Amino acid sequence: MFAGIDVGSLVTKVVVLKNGEIAGCSIVSSRTNPKKAGEQALEKAITNANCKREDIKCIVATGYGRNSFSFADKTVTELTCHATGAYYLNPNIRTVIDIGGQDSKVIKLDESGKMSDFAMNDKCAAGTGRFLEVMAQALEVGLDSMGEFSLKSDKPCSLSSICTVFAETEVISLIASGAKKKDIVAGLHMSIARRVGSMAKGLGLQEEIAFTGGVAKNLGVRNALEEFLSVKFVPISEDPQIIGALGASLVASKL
Amino acid sequence: MEGEREMWKAQGIDLKRNDEFLEAAGKIYGDVYMKQPNRPKGMGFFDFVMSEVHSIRPKEMIDHREKGGKVVGTFCVYVPDEIIFAANGIGVGLCCGSDFSFVDAEDILPTNLCPLIKSGMGFKKGMLSPYFEACDFIVGETTCDGKKKVWEIFDNYIPTYIMEVPQKKDPKQRELWLKEVELFKEKMEKESGVTITPEVLGEKIKLINARRKAIERLYELRKNSPSPISGKDALLVSQIAFYDDPVRFTTKVNELCDELEERVKNGEGVVEPTAPRILVSGCPMVIPNWKLHHIVETSGAIVACEETCTGTRYFDTPCVDETPTDIDGQLKAIADRYLNIKCSCFTPNDDRIDQIIQFARDYKADGVIYYSLQFCLTYNVEYEKVKRALNKEGIPLLKIETDYSEEDTGQLKTRIEGFLERIS
Repeated sequence: MFAGIDVGSLVTKVVVLKNGEIAGCSIVSSRTNPKKAGEQALEKAITNANCKREDIKCIVATGYGRNSFSFADKTVTELTCHATGAYYLNPNIRTVIDIGGQDSKVIKLDESGKMSDFAMNDKCAAGTGRFLEVMAQALEVGLDSMGEFSLKSDKPCSLSSICTVFAETEVISLIASGAKKKDIVAGLHMSIARRVGSMAKGLGLQEEIAFTGGVAKNLGVRNALEEFLSVKFVPISEDPQIIGALGASLVASKL
Repeated sequence: MEGEREMWKAQGIDLKRNDEFLEAAGKIYGDVYMKQPNRPKGMGFFDFVMSEVHSIRPKEMIDHREKGGKVVGTFCVYVPDEIIFAANGIGVGLCCGSDFSFVDAEDILPTNLCPLIKSGMGFKKGMLSPYFEACDFIVGETTCDGKKKVWEIFDNYIPTYIMEVPQKKDPKQRELWLKEVELFKEKMEKESGVTITPEVLGEKIKLINARRKAIERLYELRKNSPSPISGKDALLVSQIAFYDDPVRFTTKVNELCDELEERVKNGEGVVEPTAPRILVSGCPMVIPNWKLHHIVETSGAIVACEETCTGTRYFDTPCVDETPTDIDGQLKAIADRYLNIKCSCFTPNDDRIDQIIQFARDYKADGVIYYSLQFCLTYNVEYEKVKRALNKEGIPLLKIETDYSEEDTGQLKTRIEGFLERIS
């Protein structure tokens, strides 16, 4: 059995792989103590997989906190892991758009599933999960319900700023001017779609396209991104948030 | 050493902050340089130069001035050192590679300005650099809008002379540049009271050419795989070229190259032959900016070459023609040589793109990392043309835009490791 552990800036994900199939997984908040979160997430995934720690032959760590683990046999970047995980679920995938807590990435795959090129956001929270989190607080809307909430909007607000700090100010002014929250949220989703979508266009898109990472669970962002890029994302059978960890477990199985 | 403290005090240096800077820079140097395996012995000289970075060379400059010579600060590879040295001057590339001095500049400059300009302004305004304080005046150039305007502000703190670098390379602009070089000669003569003779200018042309050839020799050796020297060490040599005594520097670089030639003969390198080789292309990296090289070389790869102002752009344009024996001919040779430098401040600048492709082949690069300083408009925009050309050639390319701070190191590491996974 093999394990992949994806230590993100906000959440840690673990996938345990048995005979090439997902045997168990877990998602644990990792913000204050990534090392501890990693251990907890690993334990939880092992329990879910109905196995013991000794059964795990090899562990690969990925994500921004990948180097904080002494027990990982190898570290691999989340770029390779997202490509590997997505390709495993659907070998027709040639592009992966991943939006996580502090990064957004666009990854191109060749026919064998190897990463052939990628683009990543600069040091800035624009177009990331963290951006949405800050805005959810400003709007007093639950982060998880933002997607559903925005779908009710028929007149999304236009937000000109892509900077998290300025966008927050803009959101506060919009609230003060009486704009509806659902329209503001829909506007925020469009702003992320424009930011990440432009990065994807710059790299060049090839179908099939998968959307992964925690933010892929947000239907509002998903729709806005599909519309901006004039594409349809290919459905994936697993939780989009665990694709990096899945990829890491697959890398572990080949070591 | 009490002597150096006295020197700094006399210069008006902010002693407390100077101590802080030297301590921080020393620590970074230890982490980045001293832990490298299998370094050439010849790097010992450059380690020594760095350990005395604010002491020995500034002292030499102050002594030079006491003997009636001039010290002239510069920021760019377009300012001809030959003319400075021919007027009994010392040319010194000034400090602008650390975010330590940002705080001293941020009250008078916009925040969204290139870190190199901000850092240089801070070192001068905050009285943090014995090099700045040893200068009689500085020479700016018009290689970007930020610099062009900041010289006017620099002039409040230190006399500032500006050379106009044209934006195209047609005959009319070549004429303008030749005129600028002639005016600079007059400026140096006026400041120093020295009349520049063809004999002395010829001698200094040879002196600076020899410095270029020594660095070129070092870079030639880096074309070998495995490389006999790390990218970090080679970068340091290029950086020190801008301020050390040219005769001593050239001797030491040639000694280092002798050692590296032996290594190459024995097939000895600083990394395994399988380590990915990276060509870095773009903006200058000024001491103590070793950020990108350090990430690349602690991720299992090696920097094989820098297509930057602190790299090939310093020497690759053929040396100044040594054949003219009259002043006019010599100045024309200088102007011609300098105008061939391939900086993104020119339009068009297609020669640079051809050269990147050529370097990628010559240095056996597995990939190119395009390095742009934050807010460096010309290099940032020129990337698009470089990308198209390299894509066409099938050369993997990664763009990095960053400043001098450490806060994005984690993200850069992910990108660079991802790039290495992609090309391996």
